[in-house]
Amino acid sequence: MTKQSLMKKNKGIMKFIHYLETITGVDIYGLSSLTIFFTFFVGMTIWVMTSDKKSLEKINHLPLDN
Amino acid sequence: MQVEKFYYDNRIVKQFAFATILWGVVGMLAGLLIAVQIYLPAANFGLPFTTFGRVRPVHTNAVIFAFVGNGIFMGVYYSLQRLCKARMFSDVLGKIHFWGWQLIIVLAAVTLLAGYTSGKEYAELEWPIDILIALIWIVFGINMFGTILKRRESHLYVAIWFYIATWITVTMLHVVNSFELPFSWLKSYSFYAGVQDALVQWWYGHNAVAFFLTTPYLGVMYYFLPKASNRPVYSYRLSIIHFWALIFLYIWAGPHHLLYTALPDWAQSLGTVFSIMLIAPSWGGMLNGLFTLRGAWDKVREDPILKFMVVAITCYGMSTFEGPMLSIKSVNAITHFTDWTIAHVHVGALGWNGFLTFAILYWLIPRIYNTPLYSKKLATNHFWIGTIGIILYVIPMYWAGFTQALMWKQFTPEGTLKFQFLETVTHIIPMYITRSIGGLLYFSGVLMMVYNIVKTVKAGSLIADEAAEAPALEKHVETHSKQYWHRWIEARPIQMLLFSLVAVAIGGILELVPTFLIKSNIPTISAVKPYTPLELQGRDIYIREGCYLCHSQMVRPFRDEVARYGEYSKAGEFVYDHPFQWGSKRTGPDLARIGGKYPDSWHFNHMQDPQSMSPGSIMPSYTWLYENKIDTAITPAKIRAMTTLGVPYSKGYDLQANADLFEQAKKIQTGLKAEKLEAGTNTEILALIAYLQRVGADIKNVSKPTVDALTN
Repeated sequence: MTKQSLMKKNKGIMKFIHYLETITGVDIYGLSSLTIFFTFFVGMTIWVMTSDKKSLEKINHLPLDN
Repeated sequence: MQVEKFYYDNRIVKQFAFATILWGVVGMLAGLLIAVQIYLPAANFGLPFTTFGRVRPVHTNAVIFAFVGNGIFMGVYYSLQRLCKARMFSDVLGKIHFWGWQLIIVLAAVTLLAGYTSGKEYAELEWPIDILIALIWIVFGINMFGTILKRRESHLYVAIWFYIATWITVTMLHVVNSFELPFSWLKSYSFYAGVQDALVQWWYGHNAVAFFLTTPYLGVMYYFLPKASNRPVYSYRLSIIHFWALIFLYIWAGPHHLLYTALPDWAQSLGTVFSIMLIAPSWGGMLNGLFTLRGAWDKVREDPILKFMVVAITCYGMSTFEGPMLSIKSVNAITHFTDWTIAHVHVGALGWNGFLTFAILYWLIPRIYNTPLYSKKLATNHFWIGTIGIILYVIPMYWAGFTQALMWKQFTPEGTLKFQFLETVTHIIPMYITRSIGGLLYFSGVLMMVYNIVKTVKAGSLIADEAAEAPALEKHVETHSKQYWHRWIEARPIQMLLFSLVAVAIGGILELVPTFLIKSNIPTISAVKPYTPLELQGRDIYIREGCYLCHSQMVRPFRDEVARYGEYSKAGEFVYDHPFQWGSKRTGPDLARIGGKYPDSWHFNHMQDPQSMSPGSIMPSYTWLYENKIDTAITPAKIRAMTTLGVPYSKGYDLQANADLFEQAKKIQTGLKAEKLEAGTNTEILALIAYLQRVGADIKNVSKPTVDALTN
């Protein structure tokens, strides 16, 4: 039996491995995850690095002055 | 500036502290009972409500939501007031929150033992309790935000960030995962089926670990560690990165519970990648905790509270290192379904949550009772016995998991499986016994703590309202332009809430939506048909007895599993499974292909006396199934609920269902009679046999792909 005919015969069972291909524009999920992540982490790092040191020190001592 | 005088509410903290201790004892006792039942099936006492399958959810729910839950509230109510320099927003809401939560716990214990379960791990509670949880959780939220809004300290310390993220994320998880269609006052079917149900459940399940057992306790750590060691956190910058990275990453990691299952591959990979990335923020947090103690290790030597904290943080580091490792597919192939998972979660539960809770209790109770701890020595002894308990618990479980996995996978030179499943179980029974001794030691440590705290409480008197004073918060805080956007979020709780929600919702949406989109073309397998009414009833009995806690229904595509159980599981087989029953642990063998494997008579004898069919089996007997009649009055409602959820029963079938049910039950009964086995008419065992004979049987009739087709 050829590969094609086997694939055809087993279509009922094997179709499930291709599920994502059937969603139109599914790539957008992967791409947007990556973009959101990258932006988020870069933003966060900049935010933390540029934070005012004195004010961070002050906040850091909050648990101790009550 | 005017200084305002106000009082911290310690009464509510005390109440949550006592509840923490009480439910800790109850939850651990339940754990101890089931640990013994594993090697001593007689300890199930032959009663439905003391059997493993029903006590196990009581153990997990009690430890997570009752012990740690009350621990969270204790920590939050104490630290939030002080970090905000304000009394809790409302004493009344506090009371409603406290008593409401205890009511939920009691209702949960009663219904779970009575067999009312949704069949989804860590979300077992049925719909009326789910609604109650949502309401009480909202009360907690209002009380927390009310306090934050009326605070006298402009900055929000990082602990509060963790509390906010916890609140919003748990709300989201609980709502999404609890979608269910009630068909009676205490029963419902999951809105989702099969693959989708599995994905939502483990998206929830993993994040229950993340946002109930981890983030609130990190918040608590960031407050109480500086308090106990009397020094600020090592790096506040690191704590900010820890926070955002953790909540952003955690939400994606759920699918690592479903590696090699019928879940689409992309979702599995997504789960793996994010799980591995999680090492970074988790270890950032651990190191931040441990470095806080730099230069204070001499104190650790003397202070049991710091000892508890050091081990708790170390356990946090260990389990968050192990978690990502377990998410790697090749490692997961060995560890999944084994006791390794049990070891992993107990490093977290006993070490991280347990020890941090004890540390806080030892620190907090003497303070609110204005008296020194009754015995520091006893607390130190508690620490040592608890630590030995953890070691004796987890090492045998790692060993058992690894051993069993290797035995499962072993073939003889002739190419047949070397071990029967049962052999792999009896082999590790000594580990189970050692584990229960470890648990017992840990528990006796807890009893020492109870004594110590009772003595402390008796010696002191509660400062119910602790006086404090602070200047009122100025309405407009002057900020330098450079600082402005830092302050914009850091000092504003509502923005913080929204940002946290966005962070976790993005992960949730991007992960869940694609799986829902494919609903219309989930690979239907034409041979897979809806359950008959009798099978459906049998399935509900299977769920009621918690069979899924020891038996998976998921054959992974491995050589040994296919050889042992049969054809590996396909996504399309589960389209009518509300809820899915894939399970997460194989204390017994997988049941995905049990249908048609044995005759009805085998099941009949086996459920009554498992050891008679499998000598050495550790399964309890289910004698009550032979007396209980199937609740046929509910059949039409069940069929209607399933129809609403999209199961294609023909129109008006709900009314004919019982006729079919009786007929099928009669057939099984007659068949058993031919083998001289007397089954009562319409007894539950008949339904359960019908279900078991159906599981995974549908695709056995379909032509199988040959090796050629799979390898080419």
